[in-house]
Amino acid sequence: MIFGLVVGTVVGTKRADDIRGAKFLLVAQCSSKGQPKTAPMVALDVVGAGLGELVIVSQGSSARQTEDTKEKPIDAVIVGIVDLVEESGEVVFRKGASR
Amino acid sequence: MVLARVVGTVVSTRKEPKIEGIKFLVLEKINPETMKGLGDFVVAMDGVGANLGEVVFFVAGSSARMTAVTEGRPADATITAIVDAVDIRGEYVYHKEVSG
Repeated sequence: MIFGLVVGTVVGTKRADDIRGAKFLLVAQCSSKGQPKTAPMVALDVVGAGLGELVIVSQGSSARQTEDTKEKPIDAVIVGIVDLVEESGEVVFRKGASR
Repeated sequence: MVLARVVGTVVSTRKEPKIEGIKFLVLEKINPETMKGLGDFVVAMDGVGANLGEVVFFVAGSSARMTAVTEGRPADATITAIVDAVDIRGEYVYHKEVSG
């Protein structure tokens, strides 16, 4: 899994995945402190993530291991919203705290 | 999935029998922040009926085989959506009707 920062939304009505109510978000891979590193990718959101949140993204065939994505053409899925990251006993990210 | 723009088509007469009758498109990956091309291209099978110039996203790896069009075929990149709109930090950076 990777850390990602939610930066936007993608809307597409003509799709091959036929997932009801699917929400696709733009997520930039980022450091554990929430600093974006790459151009954003498109990921399916199954946890109700929102703009500016730090999330955990599963990629590749593992992205199909959720109820919603089983046997679907999905290669990136948001599986969690990060509340807190601690490294070597030090809190490096806390949700809602100013960065 | 990766956001991309359809920039061309690929025609091949001599190919693996399992990919007969499948439409192949050339995609250029785009940076959603600017909606500009990254100069990085990929050949993808079309699972949704995309057209030249449209913004799409494609799925890569084994998940590319999970559509009705590509099931059981040697696909590693499949277009799975035609994009209507892209919103970055609350502002539309792309809207199909407006941007064309």
